Amino acid sequence: MSDIAGTKPALRWIVHASVLFLVVLWVVPTLGLLISSFRTSDQIATSGWWRSLFPSEQNLTLRSAAPETQVQENGIYVIEGNLFDDGTQATISKWGVSSRAVDAFEPGQTAELRKGGTIVVDAAGNYRMENPEEFTGSRGARVFVSAELPPEFTLANYHKVLLAEDSTDSMGRAFFNTLTVTIPATIIPILVAAFAAYALAWMDFPGRALLIAVVVGLLVVPLQLALIPLLKFHLNIGIGKGYLGVWMAHTGFGMPLAIYLLRNYMAGLPRDLIENARVDGATEFQIFTKLILPLSFPALASFAIFQFLWTWNDLLVAKVFLIDASGQTTVMTNRIVELLGTRGGNWEILATAAFVSIAVPLAVFFAMQKYLVRGLLAGSVK
Amino acid sequence: MHPAFQGLLTIAIGVSGCVGYFYFSNQFLDKVLFPARGPNAGRNINRANIIRPWLFLFPALAALGLYLAYPVVETLRLSLTDRVPGGGYTWVGLDNYIQMAREPKFWEAMRNNMFWLIIVPAMSTAFGLLVAQLTDRIRWGNIAKSLIFMPMAISFVGASVIWKLVYDTRPAEQDQIGMLNALYLFFGGSDPQTWLTIPFWNSFLLMIVLVWIQTGFAMVILSAALRGIPEETIEAAILDGANPFQIFFKIKVPQIKTTILVVWTTITITVLKVFDIVFAMTNGQWETQVLANYMYDKLFRANDWGVGSASAMVIMLLVAPILVWNVRNARKEME
Repeated sequence: MSDIAGTKPALRWIVHASVLFLVVLWVVPTLGLLISSFRTSDQIATSGWWRSLFPSEQNLTLRSAAPETQVQENGIYVIEGNLFDDGTQATISKWGVSSRAVDAFEPGQTAELRKGGTIVVDAAGNYRMENPEEFTGSRGARVFVSAELPPEFTLANYHKVLLAEDSTDSMGRAFFNTLTVTIPATIIPILVAAFAAYALAWMDFPGRALLIAVVVGLLVVPLQLALIPLLKFHLNIGIGKGYLGVWMAHTGFGMPLAIYLLRNYMAGLPRDLIENARVDGATEFQIFTKLILPLSFPALASFAIFQFLWTWNDLLVAKVFLIDASGQTTVMTNRIVELLGTRGGNWEILATAAFVSIAVPLAVFFAMQKYLVRGLLAGSVK
Repeated sequence: MHPAFQGLLTIAIGVSGCVGYFYFSNQFLDKVLFPARGPNAGRNINRANIIRPWLFLFPALAALGLYLAYPVVETLRLSLTDRVPGGGYTWVGLDNYIQMAREPKFWEAMRNNMFWLIIVPAMSTAFGLLVAQLTDRIRWGNIAKSLIFMPMAISFVGASVIWKLVYDTRPAEQDQIGMLNALYLFFGGSDPQTWLTIPFWNSFLLMIVLVWIQTGFAMVILSAALRGIPEETIEAAILDGANPFQIFFKIKVPQIKTTILVVWTTITITVLKVFDIVFAMTNGQWETQVLANYMYDKLFRANDWGVGSASAMVIMLLVAPILVWNVRNARKEME
């Protein structure tokens, strides 16, 4: 690339610009969801997330304090206060007291209230209601305002999604269930595959080449084929739908890639090392546990990341082998699909739930990217 | 029992079970069955070494056989039978396939799958190659690659939510919250569109989600391949006065042709299995059906195992050429 970038400044500039463009294109959709998860449902529904970074013009319906707070001044009844009782720093541009004329007044003007009396609202939302007679009723007067509101973010969605007792929104249980599926389904296949990979890499026996070819072939068998036969099998042997079944299924489906990755790596270890150990009288079991396993750490880590991402992000296997009618064992991906169906409009819950489920794999991804890349390079059939 | 505790217990049992199996079976072989002492020590060692590989292989082979090989045969059998109410199966020959071929939804799925098969691998590979080439020598290239690679870690379901927000539609008088509609209106579109319900084109919008995910994969592999190209070939081309585009298309691309093919086939397999994206975003409505989701529909909604298995066999059949090709390459490489 230096031949291109080094010699022609214009071309170099184009390269930078187009990479930047592609990166933005790839990141912005995720960013949109992330930002949305920190906004209230009203904010999400009324304006695009990209506007949330700037002050926004919004139409709000607010209410003055209730008549019980009125005081008497010089013979007239007065209610005073600020429409933004939560301390929001807003700038009102127009306001009104009737839903048919929401922008009838400028800040500072005086409006007649329908139930008697007058009201003055200034740009900051301070109001003063006056009435020669007593204000009646239990609720304050409605005031419609068009106001410029500063950007505002909230953690309330996360609180709701993670900690709410209410089971319709809560992801707490699903988060736990996902973890329960993922960890055994990552560790067990590694162990089983490591032994097999060692045998395929360093032991001599008839049919070895054939077995390796079979593993490569099984690498691409769609797991769709396995759904019904294995569900039937699980029901027959009595484990039915549950964690045990899903662990076994993930172990089976992850096995070809695990064997393939680990065998390729182990086959590349120096021959002398293993021969010397054999000459020194180490048993195969000792060679494997004391020598091969520690040396194969990079390959083990690569596969662990794959399997972790795959089981954490999986929907189909969990739906078929784990989730029963009770819904107690639901996983996060399944909860999100349910939310998409039942609460397609509730973006604040959906965005937050999605981000809770995305956060863990993203953390793993950025922490262990090196091993993931290495695994990808070794794992694609050459 | 609390699932977390159950999980920990299973990890403990599973792991110690595995380790125990390997340890004790080896001990049994060496100490009890063929001890390396006594009059037959030499012969015993040889015998033990013949059996040992199979001890190491047994659990893995059992898992492979039960969870991948057996289902292929069983699905084939199921696709040729029908369930009899009350239990049992009857042999129906190709009836399930014929019934499937008469369903317009199946052909819709086939047609869409063909588009998926052409477009997703092509676009992912092309974008991956582009990014790999462009980021190769710029200083912040690794950060750029890392960000483009990131969607790989996101689940198909999570990606579906992300893109559903992009495609979201609000009534015309309201502010649009979906980026696509906002851009569409900004560039002079008249009315906001409900993108995912526009037949034919909506499939392409779903494909974008998978391209977005798979580009990172293509980029990583192709980037490594580009770096593996010998410098001399490029230097020679520069000396001969080749321009950057000639260098890229005539020197670099031909040298990484096999890698491109590998990337292409790997993504092709992913495409054939794609289920979550369609399931979560449209569930096959508005003519977006694909084979994997059609199969799920048949198996678990219509409860028709015969036709469901038949459609699974169609997926298997489409994968088969790649399977053969992979096996052949692997064997060639080992010789």
